[in-house]
Amino acid sequence: MNLIIAVLIGLLYATGAYLLLRRSIVKLVLGILFLSYATNLLLFFTGGLSLMSPAFDDGSYPDLSQLSDPLPQALILTAIVIGFGLAAFSMVLIYRFFKETGTVDLDELSDNKK
Amino acid sequence: METEILKIAAKHLKPFLLILSLFVFYRGHNEPGGGFIGGLMAGMALVLYAGAFGVEEAKKLRLAKPLFFIGLGFGLALISSLLGLLVGQGGFMTAVWNQWQFAGFSLKLGSPLLFDLGVYFVVAGMLVKVIFSVMEEDV
Amino acid sequence: MMILFLPILIPLLTIILLLIVRKKLAYQHILSVLSVVAQLIVALSIFNKLGESTILVAQAGGWPAPFGISFLADYTATILLIAVALLALPIVIYSIGFIDKVRQQGGLFVLYQGLILGVNGAFLTADIFNLYVWFEVMLISSFVLITLGAAKQQLRGSVKYLVMNLLGSSLFVAAIGLTYSQLGTLNMADIADKIMKQGSTPLLNSAIMLFFIAFGIKAAVFPFFFWLPASYPTPPIAITAFFGATLTKVGVYVMLRFYSLFANMDEAFWQPIIFIVAGLTMLFGVLMAASSYDIRKILSFHIISQIGYMLMGIGLFSLIGLAGALFFIVHNMFSKTAAFMAAGLIKRFKGSYDLNMLGGLYKSKPILAFLFLIPALSLAGIPPTSGFFGKLFLVMGGFQSGEWLITIVAIVVSILTLFSMIKIWNEAVWKPAEEKAVEPSNQKLNPLIIAASFAMTVFTLFLGLTVFWTFDSFTEAAAQLLNPQLYIDAVLNNNRPALN
Repeated sequence: MNLIIAVLIGLLYATGAYLLLRRSIVKLVLGILFLSYATNLLLFFTGGLSLMSPAFDDGSYPDLSQLSDPLPQALILTAIVIGFGLAAFSMVLIYRFFKETGTVDLDELSDNKK
Repeated sequence: METEILKIAAKHLKPFLLILSLFVFYRGHNEPGGGFIGGLMAGMALVLYAGAFGVEEAKKLRLAKPLFFIGLGFGLALISSLLGLLVGQGGFMTAVWNQWQFAGFSLKLGSPLLFDLGVYFVVAGMLVKVIFSVMEEDV
Repeated sequence: MMILFLPILIPLLTIILLLIVRKKLAYQHILSVLSVVAQLIVALSIFNKLGESTILVAQAGGWPAPFGISFLADYTATILLIAVALLALPIVIYSIGFIDKVRQQGGLFVLYQGLILGVNGAFLTADIFNLYVWFEVMLISSFVLITLGAAKQQLRGSVKYLVMNLLGSSLFVAAIGLTYSQLGTLNMADIADKIMKQGSTPLLNSAIMLFFIAFGIKAAVFPFFFWLPASYPTPPIAITAFFGATLTKVGVYVMLRFYSLFANMDEAFWQPIIFIVAGLTMLFGVLMAASSYDIRKILSFHIISQIGYMLMGIGLFSLIGLAGALFFIVHNMFSKTAAFMAAGLIKRFKGSYDLNMLGGLYKSKPILAFLFLIPALSLAGIPPTSGFFGKLFLVMGGFQSGEWLITIVAIVVSILTLFSMIKIWNEAVWKPAEEKAVEPSNQKLNPLIIAASFAMTVFTLFLGLTVFWTFDSFTEAAAQLLNPQLYIDAVLNNNRPALN
């Protein structure tokens, strides 16, 4: 199971890196999103991959070794919210970019500088 | 996109979605849910309305003041962080809890709920602001 | 220690108030100025308190140290807090006069406060995840600032800025995850303590390397600097000045902090890397500046080159080296802002940033020439300006530690910087006015702009002239950085909840 998750995270990073290298600005933004998903997943599994029960869900205090670590889950929640804001901003940015320049191709821009 | 079915659906769904979003927000107190998800739902209610009637029409709604709600949300969050200083012997960002009981019905309210309400407003405001600015044809 | 939260609460409160009065620009101006003045007072009183206990610690929410989020102010953080508050005041005033009404209505001052909020938070926090959040606050404000007004070239520049900084943030979070998986803590003092006691693991080392790359991107060091010259010259110059003074410097500050806490025990590995990166950053920045003819581009490239000096100080990790680096950071914040402001005035008066189009400034506006001369001399490092002392301390530190190569590179780059400043001076000020030059706009310059630019120039001059009085504080800061145990003890032994 650990191996599958590791491969999955690697695959997400690879997809993100590949998309970042594309010329289209839409794919660029998608690439960033993939990178942030990969990172979120990585962060999530730093708490250890386990099938243990969530922390303190019913008010009782069971054996600590039976609980999964809640902190990475809180961290990933914060990271997701921040990612949401940034994704929204990037979407508006590429929309404006397209409206202003009439293209989504980054290479075309460097050609008609000024 | 502007069809009658969508218009009628959006018009009648809007209050339900808003109430549902408030319910989800309150549920987040102890169970899955919370200000972020509630705020998203509230924002989507307005976006749905804008999808049916157009942005211009949606902007006339009394709820469509995104920047005001973002400010309000920040304000609530700030107040919730300062409550700990005013009440009790806490400190900055300390949670304050209070429990009310009437007729076998107990209501537990605390500053984290206030903070969550702030999140609700900020998220709803931001979503509306972002999506409206994209949906507008001529910016 | 409630006072440690004030540098965060004041901008947050100002944001709320500004959103309420966002239709009335006059109120926005007054509120922004008041807020910055209040921050300056708070920063100075934190500095005043430092005299008694040297490190101030506060725990948010009253949670004891390794579990809650700690805030810490030592000399390093406080000096930078004061510097940011001090330069935010002229920048806000300058922007009132310089930036068009549309952008001001678009939330310019809200975003300024957002930027200050992020910067102050990043200086004060002692928790790596909290640091990430402050970085994002800063980044989101800067993203919107850089695209504010949505001019064509602004959008172009902002794409590179956005992508590189988001990439940096991703690496930052990944590094946080790795650190947490190895040590089970996010508190910087606790991490440093555990690394010292248990030694490092391979995964932890790669996490620290990821941190280095992430902050390298944010600080625009070699080879991650290319987003900076592409994006900084695009927004109105008041915004560029603010960016140049804060964003990259926060990256450098965090590197300084992390090097002191997490990496200095592994000096044999890190020192050569830092020196190589520092040397190449200096050289590339200054060489690319030499080949540009746009004042904003030249100044932006010099930001990169001067980041190299700061890194060199970090790599030296000696008393005088660190004090010099810190002094250099403050010097650079002031001089760079003053230079950008003067460039903005030149643009207002002569209608261009392009050196080929400029000329005859000395004849027509000697005051402007003076406003540009002081920061230019300071950046080049001519005595008795602050730049001279900053470089002097770094070079002294370099010779003291026997690091000849990097020191010689620093001196050579310094001479090249002088060349670059002379180029601007010759082209814009000395040489007779170009015939093809754009007609100077006849509109009266807003006195606020000149006053702000003048104030910034005076600050720059002042920093150089008072160096023998202020340098004690910088050495004190360096001494604290040299001894991370002070930081660890201050945070971990301060377990009582923050009461007042």
